[in-house]
Amino acid sequence: MSVLVNKNSKIIVQGFTGSEGTFHAGQMIEYGTNVVGGVTPGKGGQTHLDKPVFDTVKEAVDKVGADTTIIFVPPAFAADAIMEAADAGIKVIITITEGIPVADMIVASNYIKDKNCRLIGPNCPGVITPEEAKVGIMPGFVFKKGKVGIVSKSGTLTYEAADQVVKQGLGITTAIGIGGDPIIGTTTKEAVELLINDPETEAVVMIGEIGGQLEADAAHWYKESGSKKPVVGFIAGETAPAGRTMGHAGAIVGGSDDTAQAKKKIMRSCGIHVVDSPAEIGKKVAEVLR
Amino acid sequence: MNLHEYQGKEILSSFGVRIQRGIVAQNAHEAVAAAKQLTQETGTSWHVIKAQVHAGGRGKGGGVKLAKNLKEVEAIAGQIIGMNLVTPQTSKEGKRVHQVLIAEDVYYPGPSETSEFYMSVLLNRGTGRNMIMYSTEGGMDIETVAEETPHLIFTEEIDPSVGLMPFQARRIAFNLGLSGNAFKEMTKFVSSLYTAYVKSDSSLFEINPVLKTSDDKIMAVDAKVTIDDNALYRHKDYVNLRDLREENPIEVEAKEVGLNYVDLDGNVGCMVNGAGLAMATMDLIKQAGGEPANFLDVGGTADAARVEAAFKIILKDPAVKAILINIFGGIVRCDRVAQGVIDAYKNMGTINVPIIVRLQGTNADIAKELIDSSGLDVQSAVEFQEAADKVQAVLA
Repeated sequence: MSVLVNKNSKIIVQGFTGSEGTFHAGQMIEYGTNVVGGVTPGKGGQTHLDKPVFDTVKEAVDKVGADTTIIFVPPAFAADAIMEAADAGIKVIITITEGIPVADMIVASNYIKDKNCRLIGPNCPGVITPEEAKVGIMPGFVFKKGKVGIVSKSGTLTYEAADQVVKQGLGITTAIGIGGDPIIGTTTKEAVELLINDPETEAVVMIGEIGGQLEADAAHWYKESGSKKPVVGFIAGETAPAGRTMGHAGAIVGGSDDTAQAKKKIMRSCGIHVVDSPAEIGKKVAEVLR
Repeated sequence: MNLHEYQGKEILSSFGVRIQRGIVAQNAHEAVAAAKQLTQETGTSWHVIKAQVHAGGRGKGGGVKLAKNLKEVEAIAGQIIGMNLVTPQTSKEGKRVHQVLIAEDVYYPGPSETSEFYMSVLLNRGTGRNMIMYSTEGGMDIETVAEETPHLIFTEEIDPSVGLMPFQARRIAFNLGLSGNAFKEMTKFVSSLYTAYVKSDSSLFEINPVLKTSDDKIMAVDAKVTIDDNALYRHKDYVNLRDLREENPIEVEAKEVGLNYVDLDGNVGCMVNGAGLAMATMDLIKQAGGEPANFLDVGGTADAARVEAAFKIILKDPAVKAILINIFGGIVRCDRVAQGVIDAYKNMGTINVPIIVRLQGTNADIAKELIDSSGLDVQSAVEFQEAADKVQAVLA
């Protein structure tokens, strides 16, 4: 088992024919991901990367049974693309786009909350279940199959963590990039919960950063769940000054409770194996699994 | 994007929010003319001179003063413009004041007592909705209120499908202890304030204080407004409100060449791809005994031109004693990044600080070989810890 995406996922690409969409869809197909088509309004009926192009998500759902989408649509139109996917009955909506206005995401997250779907991102690297499906922009070769789940707000730091885990002779069940924006669909807690409940996942790596309460919420949930599956945690940004946005729109220290130090303290008190050095994530995972 | 008080107030006013009126002035001469005009327009006899810088606590630093006649306006404006204003929110050196707002006096005597409130509009990240946060304790530092008297802070969360409802505006006015005309004025104030927040695509409004005047008007005496940068494309008229003098010059320059850079106080510069890895790299520098001199995300395409641009930005900071480049090459191959580093280094002639390059991912071994055989004073590393050890060694 794995979570969110697997070899049976029927994946479409929104923003399929754009340069980002084309490049990453190509990489996904090359990885062996089951891409069943794409959506670019006005280009329906064409074929792109040997896959059908549809005008609407609904059409892709009706004609090729799409259940998962990855969105590369530019920021100004991305929230609309998310809502279109939710309306069409897509179950997993993975949004890569960075720079969506907050006001648009307030509307989109409100719109989808009663729909039967799960949003991942925006501003995230996507989701990968090694040897089955790469629905994202991550370098696939880093992620070898195994029994460690990864949840992270960041792209390259996820690759770093996966690489360290793999170098310990271990592998990944599913890696979920949840995104670095102030409003994201799937929270740290929800992603950790998915992995804790996945029978194949034996340990979880949870990578967070300064800003917001997501890691604290996840830590409290983990403690209350009573789960015996070990969780290894890291929080980036211990050296970041308060009040400054560090790259990710959501990575900003607002008060005393969303600093790296405060989050790590809560995580430790909830039984999470927190490492202070980002170079020790892999080692710690190997240690807790021994 | 942060705005000056006078710019924020202009936006509020354009959506019908009552504000303390004022005119901005660049020098003492303009200040006097502004004061005369304001007296004509508003009837105010006294004037408040307010330094326009992007920092809170201006009053504490001597950046807000009352002038009782035109002579005082001239003297005070002359004294504030050009000063380095030090407030609890600035560095020790303070911020240079380039302009002042000449504002009407709104604390005039009248039938009732004046009172001050606090009000802000912002995103509740936990629920993904906007909220209005308000307090009876106006004119004070809200963090202090939150710490000492948290029960005096109220919030009203807004359902995005219907917007701010009239009963919510009434609840706010009730909770602030208002009645009669002031009550009505407050409900109007709150609803136009929220409209302004949404329509201007702001990510923060902080109005401290909101004043109830002695004749029961409700107005914004100060305004801290932050516009969502990602939404600026639909507000072309706001783009020129950016005051580059308020921003760190190196950060402005970095932004122009498309680099995401934040200037810090440390001695080890860093160049990283990805925001999360960049923060983690800063943390690693600290653990290796250094202090990060910056945050710098070079993004996905770390070619020679970008690496060179990043080198130039980092080296503008004279405190930099070493540079750590940490790139996880996924889609971008490490050997290409390595070649970019070598080319950039050669283009720049000599770089007088030690450089440690850690390239991990696709073709990391070839990249290391390229760096090692380049003959340049650059040390290479593959593992994260190895890079940290090398930073420690060059700092020792």
